[in-house]
Amino acid sequence: MKRWLPIILFFVALVVAWEWLVRAGMWSRVLVPAPSEVGKYLIASVANGTLLKASWVTLKRLVLGYLAGFVLGHSLGILIARFKFFKNTIGLLALGLQSLPSICWAPLALLWFGQTETAMFFIVIMGSVWSIALATDAGVRHVPPLYVWAARTMGSRGVHTWAKVILPAALPFIVSGMKQGWAFAWRSLMAAEIYITILTGFGLGHLLHYGRELHAMDAVLGIMIVIIVIGLLTDKLLFSPFEKFIHRRWGTEKE
Amino acid sequence: MTTGEEIKSVAPVKLALEGVSKTFRTRRASVHALDNVSLDVREGEFVCLFGPSGCGKTTLLNIIAGLELPDSGRVTADGKPVTGAGSDRLVLFQESALFPWLDVMGNVLFGLKLKPKLKPKERQEVAEFYLKLVGLEKFTHANIHELSGGMKQRAALARALAPNPRVLLMDEPFASLDALTREQLYGDFQAIWEKRKKTIVFVTHNAREAVCLGDRVVLFSPHPGRVQEQFAIGLPRPRDINSVDLAKYATEITRALKRDLKPDLHEVAE
Repeated sequence: MKRWLPIILFFVALVVAWEWLVRAGMWSRVLVPAPSEVGKYLIASVANGTLLKASWVTLKRLVLGYLAGFVLGHSLGILIARFKFFKNTIGLLALGLQSLPSICWAPLALLWFGQTETAMFFIVIMGSVWSIALATDAGVRHVPPLYVWAARTMGSRGVHTWAKVILPAALPFIVSGMKQGWAFAWRSLMAAEIYITILTGFGLGHLLHYGRELHAMDAVLGIMIVIIVIGLLTDKLLFSPFEKFIHRRWGTEKE
Repeated sequence: MTTGEEIKSVAPVKLALEGVSKTFRTRRASVHALDNVSLDVREGEFVCLFGPSGCGKTTLLNIIAGLELPDSGRVTADGKPVTGAGSDRLVLFQESALFPWLDVMGNVLFGLKLKPKLKPKERQEVAEFYLKLVGLEKFTHANIHELSGGMKQRAALARALAPNPRVLLMDEPFASLDALTREQLYGDFQAIWEKRKKTIVFVTHNAREAVCLGDRVVLFSPHPGRVQEQFAIGLPRPRDINSVDLAKYATEITRALKRDLKPDLHEVAE
């Protein structure tokens, strides 16, 4: 409870200050709607189902794309770390593509797949796969050879060494790569949804886009808040347990 | 002073090295690490490889372990040629090499899980037995980073002993510990060795340590690494690292080492 008190106070103060600034006329309602208006929009759109439906569409794309990117990225990362040939080819390609914002793929994705879920899927994968691959590669490369030697003298070989020694030893790198991959996937998807209209489902990005078109800034802010909350929740639910485990085991926790 | 021939015992030869040579080549230089090293280690014998840093002791240990291969010469364990690492020859490294993603118990179980014949319950019992033997029974679920240096080496020893290897190869396992912890471990380690007779090859650059633990001390000379001389240690066990008799042996061995090292005395590590 002690931990929560300052957190709650901070956010309440933030909202109160914001509301006050708008009501006092210091911020124009046209430019910045008050939190009460944003709240009204959120309640209404939850009630009529649009928000939940859009969130569902977006999350489905995100999770599916991210999972595929995760599996692909890991496999590529292991290949890059294991074989010099892949390091010099795929490794270099990954390094280059990682620096490319994956929304740049949108024109080609539209051409190849049309205005379909597949195009979205492709963009999300492209957003996450490279950073996950590079993080896996870096993690594997940083595993002290002594661990592998110790495992080999205990009779560990091949796949067993990879599964039980190299990948667990690389876990801190892999988890931070997964986090980065998630963040990139999330950004890519939002950019794609704002930029491209997909006929099979309207996601949060589309709602945001229409908010802009209709100059409904209460909707824009409301959706932004939803996006932030989803980001926070995934961080806390998906990655925090891993990070806590790593901090505890490796002793990197800061008290 | 005696040679290996005189340390006759009835025990059969466990490890045999014949004319082992190894050169490391990098782009800039080549280092002749081992030159024509021959050595027999008998079943149950505790052999210390002693010499200054850079005399190839660690390389020799890695070759016996099968982690590195010699350029020429033969290594056999129980008469069978060593072609790779095997769980009959476990290594205790200078740093503990414990796995930080597992707790103490997980580490000790690692080698045991690679023995398919054991049932999970048996593995647990064996692990608990060895953790008790090294005095870590209260720390079975501690994380590795929570252990002190001495406790880490104890845990590593338990992990190495648990799969019941016939040969234990130890690479300066106590070198990074403080003097007090080390003295404590000499006592404990001798007691453990008395209970679980293993064939041990122990690398050290500390003459007293070599005399305290070994049945035989093999003196290496550097550049390239060669067997210089061998000393049988006839002291009764358990040995006290601070005893006068032990110091006499150590002095004799150190003198032999220095005699050999005159040209580059500054490289003596001890």
